[in-house]
Formats: sequence, structure tokens, C-alpha cells
Amino acid sequence: MTHILLRHRDIPDINTLNVYKKNGGFAAFKKAVTKMKPAEVTEVVKNSGLRGRGGAGFPTGMKWAFIDKNNWPHYVVANADESEPGTFKDREIMEGNPFQFLEGVAIASYAIGANAAYVYLRGEFWELAAFLDEKIAEMEEAGYLGEDLFGTDYSLKIYTHLGAGAYICGEETALLESLEGKRGQPRVRPPFPPSYGLYGKPTIVNNVETLTNVPLILANGADWYKSMGTVDSAGVKIFSLSGRVRKPGNYELPFGTTFRQLIYEYGMGIQEGRPVKAIMPAGASSSLIAVDDKVLDTPMDYAAVRTLGADLGSASVIVLDDTVSMDWVVNKTIHFFKHESCGKCTTCREGNYWMRNLTERIHSGKGTGADVDLLLNVAKQMQGKCLCALGEFSTMAVVTGIERFPQDFKQAVRSNS
Amino acid sequence: MSLEKKYPKEVKQLLAKYPPEHKRSAVMPLLYLAQREEGYITREAMQDIARILEITETEVASIVGFYTLYHDKKEGKYRMQVCTDLPCALRGADEFLDNLCANLGIKVGETTEDGLVTLESVMCLAACDRAPMFQTQGPRRHQVSRVHDRGPHHGIGRGVEEE
Ligand SMILES: Cc1cc2nc3c(=O)[nH]c(=O)nc-3n(C[C@H](O)[C@H](O)[C@H](O)COP(=O)(O)O)c2cc1C
Ligand code: SF4
Ligand code: FES
Repeated sequence: MTHILLRHRDIPDINTLNVYKKNGGFAAFKKAVTKMKPAEVTEVVKNSGLRGRGGAGFPTGMKWAFIDKNNWPHYVVANADESEPGTFKDREIMEGNPFQFLEGVAIASYAIGANAAYVYLRGEFWELAAFLDEKIAEMEEAGYLGEDLFGTDYSLKIYTHLGAGAYICGEETALLESLEGKRGQPRVRPPFPPSYGLYGKPTIVNNVETLTNVPLILANGADWYKSMGTVDSAGVKIFSLSGRVRKPGNYELPFGTTFRQLIYEYGMGIQEGRPVKAIMPAGASSSLIAVDDKVLDTPMDYAAVRTLGADLGSASVIVLDDTVSMDWVVNKTIHFFKHESCGKCTTCREGNYWMRNLTERIHSGKGTGADVDLLLNVAKQMQGKCLCALGEFSTMAVVTGIERFPQDFKQAVRSNS
Repeated sequence: MSLEKKYPKEVKQLLAKYPPEHKRSAVMPLLYLAQREEGYITREAMQDIARILEITETEVASIVGFYTLYHDKKEGKYRMQVCTDLPCALRGADEFLDNLCANLGIKVGETTEDGLVTLESVMCLAACDRAPMFQTQGPRRHQVSRVHDRGPHHGIGRGVEEE
């Protein structure tokens, strides 16, 4: 299959302006600005069935249509915070196919009438930010960014902005706070960014992968895009495959590809030929799925994965084999969330503190059955009581780990129970 | 020397990225600028930034405290940041870090005696396919770095060499 997003794997040097242009680059942006009304662009994206790739799967065209047209200026913000453990797709897109991503930013900006867009990158991507700055400068030089584009009165500037090591800044309202020069802590919602975003102005926040889909959707049409994937989830997705597989990596595949295909055909199976025990389809925020044949044959799209009691999220598939004990996994994920809780609400801050103490005790062999019960209880108490989804995410592996793999926890506390 | 005196061009460029009435947005890039040379942010630099952006020094300090990539004290010239998050840990990151500690003769969070390397255990670096993943952050160019492929097979001894 030829790639739609990871096109650098088929076309060498597509990260140079000339090669990108030769392969149809910027034609979609030019067509939008010179021949289409902003609302028409949004309509095509809406009809394509494109859903947000940052985790929530929200329909992209619908989000763009929500932009408040009575309040100006508007902003586009590309979410390049990519910090979910197990997720490494946006890095590859921006390194390999940067112009297609930037063209996506540009088209989104035109569609919502923004004259300035920001790319918010996690702090660890400092070299990538410098690389994008060069690419943006080349686009300005070539007349794809700047004033009066393609002889119209439309102007656009794109800027990069580096975060500084905080997972919570991937959450869109925390990201906006951070971009405003404040501590990256989520805002109370509503209002949502399309009515109250950057500097209190209407703003569209989209994931890097989402935006990178846009140029080809505009070039080839909504029906072309919808012809790939499933009825529920149109198009292609980059699955970041990690953990105990032989060949971890990014795999761009149509929605509806099964877990079995991803793990065995593309990932070349499990190290040492062992069986798969569990899958986390959405990184560390994910529920743990206990694997059997039915699970392996489940097509990966948003709706189908939900029937397994998990979300597909950003499709960062972490594979665990039968040597891995879930008390260890849960201890790892809680260390992450304890570290990343922004501390704004008590439930998440204190809850993660207690969960960390409990998972640490259980995993180190000092825990009892009562500790496991308490851990499950704390996690369940937290659910539905946190200001943002991070608090909720932190409970997912804990609850599903204990409920779906009770043996692992019994084993971990056996000497004290 | 104040930040504006030392880096007049850079300060101007950074401020130009944001609407003039929202120049506070430049606090993060200015903090990176302040950290460029010594790897940490001095009290004076925080005062400079507060003055440039017309916010209080406390506000600047609270940003420094919130984000893990800003440092307010001098540590090793290079920071070795080893990812020990779940996907990397599934591919030997914890053992890799233990070996590194033994080779460098320091614990996580400590700095080698010669002041060259501070060793850190960090969360996912968005490169889990290269697990176990680590990166090195150094001085001068904004932050010089290398993303290393498959650390353990390169036989890290002293880790990083002086440039
Ligand atoms: C704790 C947390 C972390 C998140 N991290 C990211 C991230 O790193 N990248 C991303 O694109 N979205 C992330 N999101 C989702 C964003 O809030 C937002 O939904 C997304 O950027 C919208 O873009 P999309 O509609 O294109 O998916 C995160 C959400 C939460 C709650
Ligand atoms: S749920 Fe956690 S991360 Fe989210 S706002 Fe509350 S404390 Fe912060
Ligand atoms: S878990 Fe180490 S880079 Fe992602």
C-alpha cells in the first residue's frame, strides 16, 4: 500500500520543498484559497468523515464549523505535544513529511479564517521545532505563507512554540494556557476552544496527524477518503506499535485492520514466539484488554474497540506478553500519572498519590489483599470527579488490571495474605 | 549582563511571534534562551524576563517550577535522560538504566564528579520504537542533543564526551 501520511517512506526527500511540490504539494492549499469559500473547505472535510487523531475521535469538519464567527481574530493551534506513552507518530510525520503537515495547518487556517497559527511542540522536540522553523521559512520564501497569498488578500503566518516537559499540556485547554505563558493547567469547560480559545479568541486545536490528512482530502475529495477504512471510522490511521513485538514501529493502515494483522503481519509477532496476554490500544491511558482470539480478530476502529471495553484513542498499541504481570504494568502507569498530574484538583492529585503508594507496595511484594481492594476503591472513587480527562485516564489500567487480571494481583500479594 | 543585552536579536525575534498585547506568551522561549549557556536559569535572568514581559518575578518562577525542562540550579554539563516509561521498560529500560548507573558510578538524579553528566530517569520521549530510548541534552546551541538509537548496543561507558 502506498502511504497517505507517511509518504516519505515512498517518496525520498519529500521533506524538501521541491520534491513536495513535484508531488502535488500546496496545490490543495492554493485551490482552497483561490477557488473555494472557507465554508466549502470545511464541508469537504466534514463529508470525508475525518475524525480527530489526538485521542477523542471528534469529527474534524464539525469542530471547524463550531468556530464562533462573531468574535475575531481566530487561531489554529496544531497539537504536537505527543506525550502519551506509546505514541510516536506525530514525530515521524513532522520529521519525514513536514510540508504536508504544514499545508494541513494552512488549509485549516483558511477554512476558519485564521491569519496566525501556532504549532505547540513538546519541549523534547527542540530539534524538530528548529527543523519546522526552517521549513516554514522556505514556505514564506516560496510564497505559500505571508501576505496576500496567491494574489488574494488572505495572509497567514505559522509559528512554532516549544513546551517544556508536561504531559498535561497535550490537553487542549492546558496547552492554550501554556501558550499564553502560564502554567499548563486545564480550564473549566465549557466554553470550548472554538468559542473561547487562545487569548480568549475562537480557536481550533487539532492533532498533527489529523491536519496531515487534510491536503489529500482536499485534493482527492471526500469520497476518495471515505472509500478507505470503515463506516464508523473513515480513512487511514497511524498505529504506533510498541512493547513486546518483534518489530515495533509506526504502521499506517486503514481503520478496520485487525489487532492480529497489526501484531503478527506488521509487527512480526511476539518476541521469543510467546503468546499475547494483554493489549493497551491507547497508550498508558488505556484500559487493559485481556487477549483471546476474538480480541485479535477485532477490527481496529473507534466503535469496534469500544466493544472490548477500551478506547482506541491515539491508537498507540502497547503489547504485553505472558511474562508480564499486570501489577507491574499498573505500577508503571501510575508512576507516570502521579508525575504528570498538574495538581489543580484534589481528586486527581491526592488519588494518584495514594494509588502510587499502593501500587508500589503491592508490586514490591509488601502488599496485602486489602491493599488491592483499597487501590481498586480509590480508582473507582476518582472516576467522574476530575476536572480533566487525565484524572480519568489514570484509573483505567488500575481498574481493568485488577478486574480483568485478578490472578496477577493475588500472586503479587500472596506472601502477605 | 542582562538577557536583552546579551541576546538582543533573539529576544526581539521571540517577542515578534506573539501579539504585542500578549507578550507574556514569550515566557517559555525566553526561559530557554536564559538556560542556553549554563543549563539553568539564574535569579537575574528571571528578573530580566519579568521586566521584559511586564509580569512579576514570582510568576516567572512559578513557570520554572511547573515545567520539568527548566532548571534553577547548576548540574552536569550534559543531561542524560533515560526513558523508563512502560513501552521502554518492556524492552529492558530499567536494566539499561541500572547498567548506566554502575558505569557512571552515580545514582539517578546525581552528577558525575567531573561535573559532566547528570543522569535522569524520564517519561516517554515519543520514540518507543527505539526502546530503550534516551537522549542527551547539552549546552550552547539552544540545546544540543542527539537522539540515540538502541542505547545498550552502543556500549555506553563514560556516556558522553566533552565536545
Ligand atoms: C491528558 C491529555 C493529554 C492529551 N495529549 C494529547 C497530545 O499529546 N496530542 C494530541 O493531539 N492530543 C492530546 N490530547 C487531546 C487534546 O485535548 C485534543 O482533544 C486534541 O488535540 C484535539 O485534536 P483532534 O480533534 O485533531 O484529535 C490529550 C488530552 C488529554 C486529556
Ligand atoms: S484531573 Fe489531574 S491533570 Fe486534570 S486538572 Fe485535575 S489535577 Fe490537573
Ligand atoms: S516509552 Fe520510552 S520513548 Fe516512549
